[in-house]
Amino acid sequence: MYLGLSILSLARFQFAMTTVFHFFFVPLSIGLALLVAIMETVYVVKKDVMYKHMAQFWGRIFLLSFAVGVVTGIIQEFQFGMNWSDYSRFMGDIFGAPLAIEALVAFFMESTFIGLWMFGWDRFSARLHCAFIWLTSIGTMISAMWILAANSFMQNPVGFILNAKTGRAEMTDFGAVVSNPQLWYELPHVLFGAFVTGSFVVAGMAAFGLLKKKNVTFFRKSLKVSLIVGLIATIGVVGMGDLQTRYLINEQPMKFAATEGLYEDSGSPASWAVIEGIDAKNHKAKWSVEIPYVLDILSYHKLEGNVKGQNTINKELHAKYDKKFGKDMNYYVPAKTLFWSFRVMAFSGGLFALIAIIGLIFNRASSTLIERQRWFLWVLGICTFLPFVANTAGWFITELGRYPWVVYGLLTIADAVSPNVSVASLLTSNIIYFCLFSGLGIVMIVLSKRVLHHGPDDLLNAADDAPYDPYGKGAFSHE
Amino acid sequence: MSNLQFLWFILVGVLFSGFFFLEGFDFGVGMSIKSLAQTRDERDVVIHTIGPHWDANEVWLITAGGAMFASFPMWYASLFSGFYLILLLILVALIMRGVSFEFRSRMESEAGRNFWEWAAAIGSGCAAFLFGMMFTALVKGMPIDANGDMTAHFTDYVNLFTLVGGVAVTLLCYLHGLNFVRLKTTGTLRERALKWAKPLYWVLFAGEVVFAILLYFNTDFFQKKPVSTLIIVALLVVLTALATYGVYGNHEWLSFISSGLSLIDVVVLLFNGLFPRVMVANNPANSILIKNASNSPYTLHLMTVISLTVLPIMLIYFIWSYWVFYKRLAS
Repeated sequence: MYLGLSILSLARFQFAMTTVFHFFFVPLSIGLALLVAIMETVYVVKKDVMYKHMAQFWGRIFLLSFAVGVVTGIIQEFQFGMNWSDYSRFMGDIFGAPLAIEALVAFFMESTFIGLWMFGWDRFSARLHCAFIWLTSIGTMISAMWILAANSFMQNPVGFILNAKTGRAEMTDFGAVVSNPQLWYELPHVLFGAFVTGSFVVAGMAAFGLLKKKNVTFFRKSLKVSLIVGLIATIGVVGMGDLQTRYLINEQPMKFAATEGLYEDSGSPASWAVIEGIDAKNHKAKWSVEIPYVLDILSYHKLEGNVKGQNTINKELHAKYDKKFGKDMNYYVPAKTLFWSFRVMAFSGGLFALIAIIGLIFNRASSTLIERQRWFLWVLGICTFLPFVANTAGWFITELGRYPWVVYGLLTIADAVSPNVSVASLLTSNIIYFCLFSGLGIVMIVLSKRVLHHGPDDLLNAADDAPYDPYGKGAFSHE
Repeated sequence: MSNLQFLWFILVGVLFSGFFFLEGFDFGVGMSIKSLAQTRDERDVVIHTIGPHWDANEVWLITAGGAMFASFPMWYASLFSGFYLILLLILVALIMRGVSFEFRSRMESEAGRNFWEWAAAIGSGCAAFLFGMMFTALVKGMPIDANGDMTAHFTDYVNLFTLVGGVAVTLLCYLHGLNFVRLKTTGTLRERALKWAKPLYWVLFAGEVVFAILLYFNTDFFQKKPVSTLIIVALLVVLTALATYGVYGNHEWLSFISSGLSLIDVVVLLFNGLFPRVMVANNPANSILIKNASNSPYTLHLMTVISLTVLPIMLIYFIWSYWVFYKRLAS
C-alpha cells in the first residue's frame, strides 16, 4: 500500500481504462468497415460513382479509427502478462490459444487487406478492390469472435479441467471452448452493437454535413445507407441482448439480478423497476418506480414466474463456494453501476430504433423534409456519441458483473494480479496511458471533424482524375 | 522436453525472426523520415515505401506475443511482468509511431506534420533500441525468484551490455531500413541512402565486435555452447560483410537480404543461447526451462495443427501484397 493505493486497484483501473478506450475504436472500426464495404459494393453493382466517393470519404474516418484501434490493442495483449501474470499462468493453457489464433487468422487478414485497399484504388479492378474491404471487414469480425471466445471462457468456463498438481486450468476440449453458449450469445450482440456504432457515427456526421447545406445529395445518400444498416443492427442488438439476458438468469444470476436492481425475490408475477434508489451498502432498494409483469416478460417472455434477488443468490453462492474460497468472500457486484448501465444501454437501443425510423421517413427520396427539419439533424448529430456510451455500459455490466472472479467460479481477481509489479510502476503506467489516451482521443475528434469540415469536395471534383496513389501508374519510374 | 515443446520454442523464434526482419526495416524507414529524407516530398516517398505494409508487419509481433502466451505462458508471464517499464516504453513508442502515419496525412500545417514525423522517427528509434535492450538483458540473467517472478532494478535493465545491445539493434534496423529505401526508391533518396550506409557499416562492425566481447563476459553462451555461439557470431560478421559488399558494389538486393538475415541471426543467437531455458535467472536454479514453462500437450498439439494450417495461407496473401506493391517510388 502506498498513497492508499494497491496494485490490485491500480491494475483494475488500468484494465478498465485501456479496455474502454480500446473499445471505442473496435466497434467503430468493425461498423465502419461494414458500411464502407456496403457502399463500395453498391458502387460496383450500380456503377454509381457517388457510392465510390462515399466509400472513400467514410473510409477516411475508418482508417483513423483503425489506426488507434490497432495501437491500443497491442496494450491489451501485453497487459495480461504485465499486470496479470498470475492470471496468465493460471489461464495460459486456454486463454493464449484464442489470442494467438486471433492474430494469426484475423489480424494478418485485416492488416494486409486494409493496406491493399488503401493503396490499391487504381491498381485493381473495382470488383477485386471491393473484395479487399470485405476481407478487411470479415477480418475484423473474426477477430471479435476469437477475443470474445477468450472472454466467454472467463464468464462461463467450459471444456477444461483443473490440474491438481499445477493448480492450473487446462484445456481438454477446444470444441467446447469455441461452442461455449456464452460466446454465441455475446458475439452477435457485440457485432450488432458495432454495426450500430458505425452506422450512427456515419449518420450523425452526415447530419452535421447536411446542416451546412453543402453536398446535400452525398450526405443524404450516406444517411440513407447508414440508417438502413443502423435500423437493422438496432433490431439485432436488442434481440440478441434479450437472448443474452435470459441466458444470464441461469448462468450468472447475480449479474442479472443486479442489472434489475432486485434484492429480494420478486415473487410471481414480477414487476420491473424502471428507476430505483439503491442502497448498495445494506443490500436493499430504498424506493422504486415499478411496472407490473414486465420483469417476467423480460426474464421468461411470460406473465408469471419468480426472479431471484441478490440476497438469495448471495446465500446460494456462499453455500456453493465457501468450501473453496472461504466465508469472507463478497459476492455482491457493483449494484448501482450495473443497474444504471443496463438502463443507459436499453434506453439507447430504443432511441436508436426510433431515430432510424424517423430519419428514414424524413429522408425519403421524394421529400426534402430531412433538410428542413434542422432540429432532427441536431439530434442525429448528437447521437454520433451515444453508441460509445451504450457500448461502454454494456461492458461494465459484463465485466463488473463477474465480480469477484476473473474466471467465473475459478479464480478471483485478487489472485490474478502480478505479484512482482510495484505500485509505483502501475501508477506510472496509469498516468502515461491516461495522458496518451486523452491526447489520442482529442486528436481523433479534431481530425474527424476536419475530415467532415472539408467534406467530400476533393473526391467529387476530382471525379475524372484518380485520387493520388503513390503506387499508381505514372507515379513511379520503371526500371 | 517434448518434441512439441521444442517445436514451439522454435516457432516463437521464427515469429520473432519474422518480426525483426520485417519490422526491422519499418523501424529503419521510420527513423529515416527525420534523417535521410530532407524535403517534404522525400518524406512522403519514404513513408509510402512502407505505407501498405507496416501494419501487417507489426502483426508479427502481436502473433509472436500471442504464440508465446499460447505455448509458454510461464515465459510470457515472467517476461512481460518482469520487463514492465521497458515494455511500457515500447508500447508508448509503438503507439506514437503507429498512429503517426495516418495522423500525419491529415495534417494541414507544417508544424502538425513535423510533430507526427518526429513521433514516427523517435517512436521507431526507441522501439528498436528498447527491444534490443530488453533481449540483451534477458540473456544476461535477471533476478528471478523460485516462482518465476522477476523484480529487476534499474541497473539490471540499464548497463553497458544492454546499452550496446540496444544501440546495435537500432543500427541494424536503421541500415536495414536504408537498404529497403535503396530498393524501393529512385533518384536522390536512393543515392543518399547508399552514401549514408557506407560509413555506418564500419560503425556496425565495431559495434558487433564490442557486443561479442561483452557477450562473452556477461552471458554463459560461450561457456555452455562455445561452438554454436561462435558459428552464429561469425555468421553475423559474414552477413554484415556481405551487406557491406552489397553497399560498396551497389548490389541492392544483396544488402537488403543480408541486413535482414543479420537481424534474424541475432534472434538465432538469442534463442540458441537461451536453450533449454526461456528465462535466464541470476541464480541458475531459478532459470525458467522450456520443459516447465509450456502449456499442456493438448493445447500445444492443437496450436500446432491450427498454426501449420493457417500459416501457409496467410503467407501467400502476405507475400502477394508485397509483390503487388513491388515498384519503385519517385519523389
